[in-house]
Amino acid sequence: MSVVSFNKEKMIQTSESAVQAAPAQPVVAVVIPLSTTAAVATPSLQRRSAWAATTKPVFEWLLPPVIGLLVFGAIWATVAALTQGLPGPVKTWQSAVELFSDPFYINNPNDMGIGWNILSSLKRVATGFALAAIVGIPMGFVIGRYAFMSRMAAPIISLLKPVSPLAWLPIGLLVFKAADPAAIWVIFITAVWPMIINTAVGVSKVPQDYMNVAKVLNLSEWKVVTKILLPYVMPYMMTGVRLSIGAAWLVIVAAEMLTGGVGIGFWVWDEWNNLNVEHIIIAIFIVGIVGLLLEQLLVLAAKRYSYE
Amino acid sequence: MTTALQDRYVLIENVNMTFQTKKGSFQALKDINLDIREGEFISIIGHSGCGKSTVLNLIAGLLQPTDGYLFCAGREIAKPGPERAVVFQNHSLLPWLTCFENVYLAVERVFADTESKMQLAERTSAALGLVGLSHAMEKRPNEISGGMKQRVGIARALSMEPKVLLLDEPFGALDALTRAGLQDELMNIMARSGCTAVMVTHDVDEAVLLSDRIVMMTNGPAATIGEILEVDLPRPRHRLELVEDAAYTHLRSEVLKFLYERHAKKAA
Repeated sequence: MSVVSFNKEKMIQTSESAVQAAPAQPVVAVVIPLSTTAAVATPSLQRRSAWAATTKPVFEWLLPPVIGLLVFGAIWATVAALTQGLPGPVKTWQSAVELFSDPFYINNPNDMGIGWNILSSLKRVATGFALAAIVGIPMGFVIGRYAFMSRMAAPIISLLKPVSPLAWLPIGLLVFKAADPAAIWVIFITAVWPMIINTAVGVSKVPQDYMNVAKVLNLSEWKVVTKILLPYVMPYMMTGVRLSIGAAWLVIVAAEMLTGGVGIGFWVWDEWNNLNVEHIIIAIFIVGIVGLLLEQLLVLAAKRYSYE
Repeated sequence: MTTALQDRYVLIENVNMTFQTKKGSFQALKDINLDIREGEFISIIGHSGCGKSTVLNLIAGLLQPTDGYLFCAGREIAKPGPERAVVFQNHSLLPWLTCFENVYLAVERVFADTESKMQLAERTSAALGLVGLSHAMEKRPNEISGGMKQRVGIARALSMEPKVLLLDEPFGALDALTRAGLQDELMNIMARSGCTAVMVTHDVDEAVLLSDRIVMMTNGPAATIGEILEVDLPRPRHRLELVEDAAYTHLRSEVLKFLYERHAKKAA
């Protein structure tokens, strides 16, 4: 016990054995100051840090959002009490429980469970989004890599990007002669710009150092793309993808309101026609929650591809 | 080429370099003439902004001279090539590849046509072994120290079996102790490989310790070669013995006098 050693491993052993022996007999040993504090001060410190470890996060991270939601609910309940026809939180919750007790019923093509509506909206978003990725990401690469292509595409992109994707819906209806492909077309238009632009920005930002390495090593164009550009651009691409999925999910509600059929947007419009306001409020929450989940999913995916 | 190719292995003839910038044209280099022997170690030293890195980039083929010609092994330098490997100041390793993969990328490019995958992997391991990094092959650049990154950079350059090794302030970003260690290692490696080297540096001791000749450049704009100093210290050289060596001290003071008396740079 009293061995004073400057060997690191031994020091740890000494302090450990001191802790074990502590209850049985007082520690008389002349231990190095460092291990003394470790052996004696740990219990109280541990208790305090355990308190801090559980309580502090509750105060800092859990409490504020809970308070925020409660305040929101209170305002909602107040406004609902004062406004004729606007249901409050309790009434909406009861309606939601009823609605989600049977989400997958099919009465007729115009009356299907909420689950079917959400799924068909997601399907449209996924299709439009996938098409946008297939077209947008390679285009972004080409635009970012070659200044000529960048200048060529610049006026088109700057002109079309600010246009609301919904303005493209009539064109979609005209060309595809059906509601469903037209809605997918609108999603495609929504999602394609962020993908092109972010990918192109990523490619154009590849540090000159890496390109010099490529030149000095005399790498083939294929190797440049797969070993340098793609890994470097991946985080930028994922940002584009994340922005697009957010925007696509925003737009699908409006697009479906206009096209009809099965989908969360059409469902909102249908419930408005039925004057079922609870369901409209529920739909708002559903859209919000699904959007949040989509975004979080992509944040997770982006983390996987980050090399930092 | 009438003279022996070996004496004029790298040849720089009447090179001028003018950059077109937004503020107009800027002449970086003027009338650069230099012959480098095969197997020689040349240092280019000068104040910052004197265009020493430009000279290196010209030899690397990353830049094309405005006037004049550059040759390597009797052939004009038109673009970068694997016979002229570069060690960059900031190591320039690809952060998403392991050390092994970083080196393998270079090895593959040079030898993939003639050798099997196993031979390529062996070459890569050997190059990393040469710089003492066999244990860190599977690490990513951000998991190793600055000195180790620079070793990988050197391994990558050497793995290509270049005729000329170009070093752009290779140890500039490292602390003094790490730098000394790597300088010694580089000296050993160069002695074994017998490869020609051109190193840009602003470290006087480094230049004297490693070089056969030191090319001292005047200040820019329109920088040119001021003087060339022969370093005739016998090899192998040992850092500690040289500290007391009169010849070493003399050479060192020659470089210092050039830099701080004859071509002192006004404080910016």
